[in-house]
Amino acid sequence: MAGPARKEHRLEAGARALIAAPAIWLGAFFALPFLFILRMSLSDPASAQPPYKPLLDLSQGFAGVWTFIQGLDFEAYQTVLTDSLYLGALGTSLKIALLGTALTLLVGYPLAYAISRSSRALRTILLAALILPFWTSFLIRVYAWIGILRQDGFLNQLLLWLGAIKAPLEILNTEIAILIGIVYSYLPFMVLPVYAALERQDATLREAAQDLGASASAIFWRITVPLSASGILGGCLLVFIPVLGEFIIPDLLGGSDTLMIGRLVWTEFFANRDWPVASALAVLLLAILTLPLILARSRQEKAGGLL
Amino acid sequence: MIGRLSLTNRIALVLGLGFLYVPILLLVLFSFNASRLVTVWGGFSTQWYSSIWRNAPLMESVKISLSIGAVSATIATILGTALALALTRLPVFRGRSLLAFLGYAPLVLPEIILGLSLLLLFIALGLERGYWTIVIAHATLTSCFVAVVVRARLAGFDPALEEAAIDLGASRLKALLTVTLPLSLPGIIAGWLLAFTLSLDDLVLASFASGPGATTLPMRIYSQVRLGVTPEINAISTLLIAAVAVTVAVVTLATSRRKSAE
Repeated sequence: MAGPARKEHRLEAGARALIAAPAIWLGAFFALPFLFILRMSLSDPASAQPPYKPLLDLSQGFAGVWTFIQGLDFEAYQTVLTDSLYLGALGTSLKIALLGTALTLLVGYPLAYAISRSSRALRTILLAALILPFWTSFLIRVYAWIGILRQDGFLNQLLLWLGAIKAPLEILNTEIAILIGIVYSYLPFMVLPVYAALERQDATLREAAQDLGASASAIFWRITVPLSASGILGGCLLVFIPVLGEFIIPDLLGGSDTLMIGRLVWTEFFANRDWPVASALAVLLLAILTLPLILARSRQEKAGGLL
Repeated sequence: MIGRLSLTNRIALVLGLGFLYVPILLLVLFSFNASRLVTVWGGFSTQWYSSIWRNAPLMESVKISLSIGAVSATIATILGTALALALTRLPVFRGRSLLAFLGYAPLVLPEIILGLSLLLLFIALGLERGYWTIVIAHATLTSCFVAVVVRARLAGFDPALEEAAIDLGASRLKALLTVTLPLSLPGIIAGWLLAFTLSLDDLVLASFASGPGATTLPMRIYSQVRLGVTPEINAISTLLIAAVAVTVAVVTLATSRRKSAE
């Protein structure tokens, strides 16, 4: 019996390194930094370098802790939750993220459906074609839309040439441009989970419905769509979560009057140098995203660790 | 092949893929535009490509980005592969679901949160911001992507292979290193390349983690885009897209040839 017992022990020793390396790294550089956002959001801004007042001075011992507790005024949170600028940005972000997710589903579902109905050889090619743009720069892909959506851009040129419009449309620097950018950039994140759910479906269910006289649209709406609900939910979460805090798309395609929360964090931090308010906004964003994140994660575990 | 598909499905494919590729094609096409205007064709020219080479700050940031990309992708590949093995090939351990969550959250959380929190950590630790802080930020984010890619590869073959090695007397670690790792090599290589391209592409994390000394390529591109759209940005974008396309093609060919040889 000594043999297996020793093997069991060696297993633990070797395995521990595999667990420890990512655990320590992600703990130090992903989990721990959140405490610093929290701490900064409770600080007061100051015109110093770095631009905030130190919060907790442990060198003064208990007196320092007492000053810290007395000084807690949640000023940054009060600012964020009462100023219409920040609340408006939060509302705009939620609206654009929800609309963007719905539109991505609207474009992504037919695409996922068509891929899942293709022959096996074609499917591989189509999936590769779908993922390939994801490998090229996000920044550049968003930048490409500036040339398309401008007043003298390709889309307006095309529509004028077709005679569909009389004068160029103003699309760039509007919320529509942001929505187009979202659908474009996040399409693969919607298509892949939906495709995976569609591909798993048992074709005999549809055949049975057909034999019983169901129309094509009844089969689609009453069998195909409900059975892909988990994929739809997964895709929507994978789009909604990052989009709510998106910076590049609203910054490049949205006008200066469309404030989204991610862009506001950036501005407060880099331009206004109000680090406590930027941190309070980030904490708020994180609080909103906690539930969707847990939901997305439990779904991912069921899908076997993939997207 | 496509004949089997109904008309609606064919329309969905053409429109969907067209939507994905037309913007990139237009961008590439207009990098060869002789006119300074980015949306009006003024004849074929490669002048913007030669002007890139003369743009010293731009070339400097290309070097910095390539270097940060290679170093951070290597760290991320080690961490991400360890994470993938720990989550799929080890018996359930305490804290497993917490580790899985830590490896998942960075994939979807807005980068602005990661960037801000890391910057505040660096300041609290008194680390001088620049090259190495960007490497840390990129390795943290991209290791999670590596884990996804390696896990996909690990799902493709039977754990019985390494169990056989263990039954024959190898330790768990040795079985993973000598049996599992070589078999998952295509996934690990693909993971490294994905980490490398993500690092090369990242603007938000780099902007927060960077100091005065280190300006990466996306930071340079971003500040130029803010000043106005120029064909020069189209040219550098085209070079980046070409580099990625060639890499992906080579990897796909290499792995598919391997697969058909097996």
